[in-house]
Amino acid sequence: MNDEEKKVMLAHGSGGRLTQELVQSVFAAGLGNPILDRMEDAATLELQGRLAFTTDSHVVSPLFFPGGDIGRLSLTGTVNDLAMMGAVPLYVAAGFIIEEGFPLAELGRIVTSMREASREAGVQVVAGDTKVVERGAADGVFITTSGIGLIPDGVRISAAAASPGDAVIVSGTIGDHGVAILSQRQGMDFEVELRSDCAPLGGLVRGMLEASRRIRVLRDPTRGGLAAVLNEIAIASGVSVEIDEERIPFRPEVRAASELLGLDPLVMANEGKLVAVVAAQDAGRVLEVMRSHSLGSEATVIGRVETAAGERPRVFARTILGSRRILSMPSGEQLPRIC
Amino acid sequence: MRLAFLDDFRNQEHAARLLAQLHEERPPAVPLKIMEVCGTHTMAISRHGIRQAIPAWVRLISGPGCPVCVTANSDIDTFIEMARQPGVIAATFGDMLKVPGTRMGLAEARSRGARVHVVYSTLDALRLARENQGKQVIFFGVGFETTAPTVAAALLQAREENLTNFFVLSVHKLVPPALEALCASPELAVDAFLCPGHVSAIIGPAAYEPVARDHKVPCVISGFEPADILQSLAMLAQQVAEGRSEVELQYTRGVRAGGNPAARELMATVFEPADARWRGLGTIPGSGLRLRQEFSAFDAAARFPVDAGYSREPKGCICGSILTGKKTPPDCALFGRGCTPDHPVGPCMVSSEGTCAAYFHYEV
Repeated sequence: MNDEEKKVMLAHGSGGRLTQELVQSVFAAGLGNPILDRMEDAATLELQGRLAFTTDSHVVSPLFFPGGDIGRLSLTGTVNDLAMMGAVPLYVAAGFIIEEGFPLAELGRIVTSMREASREAGVQVVAGDTKVVERGAADGVFITTSGIGLIPDGVRISAAAASPGDAVIVSGTIGDHGVAILSQRQGMDFEVELRSDCAPLGGLVRGMLEASRRIRVLRDPTRGGLAAVLNEIAIASGVSVEIDEERIPFRPEVRAASELLGLDPLVMANEGKLVAVVAAQDAGRVLEVMRSHSLGSEATVIGRVETAAGERPRVFARTILGSRRILSMPSGEQLPRIC
Repeated sequence: MRLAFLDDFRNQEHAARLLAQLHEERPPAVPLKIMEVCGTHTMAISRHGIRQAIPAWVRLISGPGCPVCVTANSDIDTFIEMARQPGVIAATFGDMLKVPGTRMGLAEARSRGARVHVVYSTLDALRLARENQGKQVIFFGVGFETTAPTVAAALLQAREENLTNFFVLSVHKLVPPALEALCASPELAVDAFLCPGHVSAIIGPAAYEPVARDHKVPCVISGFEPADILQSLAMLAQQVAEGRSEVELQYTRGVRAGGNPAARELMATVFEPADARWRGLGTIPGSGLRLRQEFSAFDAAARFPVDAGYSREPKGCICGSILTGKKTPPDCALFGRGCTPDHPVGPCMVSSEGTCAAYFHYEV
């Protein structure tokens, strides 16, 4: 059997010799660094200061999609959550649940793209775990990652920190990841020239924090998209948010695909974008820094924070006709229209 | 090319100009009641804030334009009962999943063990049948003249392939008979109809002639962008002002004068008109489609005689009145309180084209 045909077997997760082989040949070879290479039961880390610590599970289908795969996604998902607290992401742990029969070559590809993403993000994968489950008990590979980052002194970022007058900025086009995935899903006979935006945002955030210490909120609009994140901010901060629909950047392909499928790009997932709430007087400077970074070249101010005077916190969208509509918290799964 | 087209019709200046023109019109003595009979229009009106932007003398009310919403509870109960039969895989468009039936919805039936698959097209349902030869796949045929031809094509394909495990429960509905029924109702005075773009692409403008000619209600077939809708409203207002009642076509880039004869022929090969039950409108003669005798082998209604028991509307739900334009969502005591998209009581709150969902998600 050549390498292309080799499959993950239940014995690979047994803890015995095959597990060792898998760890050495795939994980250590792909992700190795001095801390991981010690192969202790836990990584030991020297850290001082305020830490951010998070975890995220990844079950994306399909595993490989234009612009990324579950490996890249699982790495960026966690480091972006750290970055959204203003933290500098440092270390990641990864747990793999693999379905029996999964091709080893594909596992290798996933690990390779995790390595590439970790280099881009400037983090090390320092701990890991592998379990193999019977065929049918998982869908290919599930990956859970946890991450630790260090928050620089004086940085206080929170979804509860938005206050009236602040500017709302998005770092680029909205909905790219969601539509890229949807176009690949089985049953969606739909092809668009579109790639996921999956990327680590730590570098972009670092530049923003150097430009201003009045960045109140950072959030990456993943599941639930821009609509969910803006609503979360409004609720956590007890404010209203008004955005201008015309100013939200979309790729034409995303707009067209949403149009055809009857989907709202504002609730589509993004994996390499952020929403920032910034004090109005610093908005220009922050925007300038963002636009000079490759991941923020299309950054735009899309709206502002308002008082939720007398009403509950809400998000409003100014339509192209000048009227104001609600942008509500998404509910349920989005499905194509039937008529 | 399509993109440039859409942008043009969504273009801010273009829409603003049309809006200004509408505001410059001389208001009629009594407000104009215009009913949209397409769920996509309902969503567009709410999403783009059209109701708030237009002059107060134009009142937009929603009609029976959401296919999931107009499906009678008894038909939903029947399909759920079919889905619960052993060996059955029920295939449905996703919008139907959360619609509550009399005793439970499809989502709940699924959590209790029924095999319910969400499909994105009729051909997906066909594939499900091909891949599950030992099972009986029943597709819930919900929709208007836009959906019915695709179901007809799937049935012809199934016959071609000699698939013996693919069935359709056809509760398809036809738009023109519903409009005529609305016109005939003494309770409801509609001044004009904003007619559906997609449905009209199939049936053609001539299908609305009886409404315009016999019932004297102006009709304009409209596209779905803000500028399309604004232009159509202006055309309707003009018809009313001039005392005309004609069928006019605004959506010229989507609808041909003769509609789509090939799609209609496909429909006529497989289906024949039948009486149909509508939520809110009751039974309307000739307003539905049933499978022709030649296709009875695929007819779920004939092949799976289930007894779903009695059916009734959810307590307090006024979806029926909303679907006929007698009431609006804020008139409902349950709206936004007992009934939300996450905990729906009636279909209008669940469907992505439902009027209550449109108000809940978009309107202040």
